[in-house]
Amino acid sequence: MAVKLITDNCTGCRLCLRACPYSAIDIVEDRAGFNANCTQCGACASSCKFGAILLEVTFTRDVDTTQYRGLWVVAEHLHGEFRRGTYELLGKGRELADKRGAELCAVLLGDQVQGRAADLIARGADRVYLAQDPVLAHYRTGPYTDVLAGMINQFKPEMVLVSATPQGRDLAPRVAARISAGLTADCTGLDIDEAEGLLVQTRPAFGGNLMATIVCRQARPQMATVRPGVMKALDPDASRQGEVVTILVHLDERAVIAKIVEIVQQEDEGRINLQDAQIIVSGGRGLGKPENFSLIRELAEALGGAVGASRAAVDAGWIPAYHQVGQTGRTVQPRLYIACGISGAVQHLAGMGSSDVIVAINKDPLAPVFGVATYGIVGDLFEVVPALTKKLREVL
Amino acid sequence: MNIVVCIKQVPETTEVKVDPKTNALIREGVKSIVNPFDENAIEAALQLREAHGGKVTVICMGPPQADEALRHALAMGADEAILLCDPASRGSDTLATSYTLAQVIRKIGDYDLILCGKQAIDGDTGQVGPGLAERLGLPQITFAIGLELADGKLRARRVLDDFFEVIEVKLPAVVTVVKQINEPRFPGMRNVLKAKKAQITKWTAADIEADLTQTGFDGSPTTVIKVWPPERRSSGTMLEGSTDEVVSALAKAIKELNIAVGS
Repeated sequence: MAVKLITDNCTGCRLCLRACPYSAIDIVEDRAGFNANCTQCGACASSCKFGAILLEVTFTRDVDTTQYRGLWVVAEHLHGEFRRGTYELLGKGRELADKRGAELCAVLLGDQVQGRAADLIARGADRVYLAQDPVLAHYRTGPYTDVLAGMINQFKPEMVLVSATPQGRDLAPRVAARISAGLTADCTGLDIDEAEGLLVQTRPAFGGNLMATIVCRQARPQMATVRPGVMKALDPDASRQGEVVTILVHLDERAVIAKIVEIVQQEDEGRINLQDAQIIVSGGRGLGKPENFSLIRELAEALGGAVGASRAAVDAGWIPAYHQVGQTGRTVQPRLYIACGISGAVQHLAGMGSSDVIVAINKDPLAPVFGVATYGIVGDLFEVVPALTKKLREVL
Repeated sequence: MNIVVCIKQVPETTEVKVDPKTNALIREGVKSIVNPFDENAIEAALQLREAHGGKVTVICMGPPQADEALRHALAMGADEAILLCDPASRGSDTLATSYTLAQVIRKIGDYDLILCGKQAIDGDTGQVGPGLAERLGLPQITFAIGLELADGKLRARRVLDDFFEVIEVKLPAVVTVVKQINEPRFPGMRNVLKAKKAQITKWTAADIEADLTQTGFDGSPTTVIKVWPPERRSSGTMLEGSTDEVVSALAKAIKELNIAVGS
């Protein structure tokens, strides 16, 4: 990738100056010119209205892959808290980086987030690249892409992992297209191939009916978005040592095309964090009607767990969508998952199959959910579930 | 208001089977449809045209039989359909696909808005929309659940993990839509018959001046090295007996897990 200046077209209008996050453009005698700060991030190219800056992006098989070292994890935060997926990426990233004999670096973009860098080190990072600016306070595709693409060009990581959250799935493909990197979506398995040192990426396709293993031999970095709730985070270790490297950026709000008009938080119950729950009790079609979710809630309460649901129950309108577990809902891996009246479509199994202990309660002995259950009970949930709730209240 | 909608033809079901010997997908007997999220994108385009006037052009990259998908879009009410069909584009990953579709859209030239489904139900990547936006140097809005147009600006409601975001951009822009944005219309028989006879423009890689090193296998940095059906966990213990017996056994097993209640 290269940014190219067509000096004849330049009017000296300074729009590119405003767009450049790295203070890499000088206007001399009414013509723009790049200085040594340029990271080839490409921000200037889309700002130019006169065709004076071209971004030449071509995927080429001739990349010198030996120039690229280290594994990066892009940290994601909301309201000042890291999302759990970030810790999971650091946990998995630590393992992969050790296997590759490489450094694990976290990338932290935001505004006044320097206080959070230590947390990334405690969770496994050797180094944190920190870029801060008020424009980066809330995620937006444009400025995050510009800054991240520039950092990748400058430091040349061999692999970049991003959470497969809505934010990550917005950012990663944009960055990959900007720098012509290979990107694999929504991975549920990652490993290092011993012979070639490649990132071996495993992901479900066709709604979880098929698994595929994907590698990226030539392009660098090798990028992947990784499904939250699948990898294991490390426990924080405050004694871990690491370095924080500040990357100086200057962004100008006037150069950002997308404006956030409003952010609407869903009601409190919407924030029940299925992904953080140790115990989840889920209900499905077998409940028959919305009122019967009270059986599920009571069992969850007795266990101190969260309430989940199958897609069938959500589609029927019995319970809001943020309770949905499965391919199109949340992927969860609690210590205990109790599925009540859920037949176990492959899409549901894809979302909860890696739970430590799975209990299935269903009246159909042939329900596929029994195929993944640690404990199965063939029976009427309207009998079994209240009895179990009662029993647990006695013994726990 | 000229709207371009990118669609993909996908197998009707995600319950696909793999040939255990060749690891290839068994496509025989599986019907093809328009990717469901792309139907939502078509519907969104038609609604915008109905409110603001203009033209809806539907584009698709695929084999010759993908013209069926385009005919469905025409039957729904799209004005024009273009099929990019070239053996050179076979094997494109999301990077190569976004390049190729961007070339098609560049050749169309006159556009205000590009709509895509949030992802396709076969690959489930959701990467082509943002890749396309980058190639065209346009702002992107992913996961849109509502769209409003006023004064050349597009205001979109995005549905994210546990919040909504309302975002505003100047057009042109690329938008990907989620299922909940609308209910795609069902084309009437008359429109289906009319669409059967409609003209579908066919372009090759040469027509869109594609750099052949950027499309197909050659333009794809990622390679699928293995495909297999997911393993099922071996089955555990079935608890049998009276309700009281099974519930007691289960409660005991749960207690032994020793998970702190409320954690």
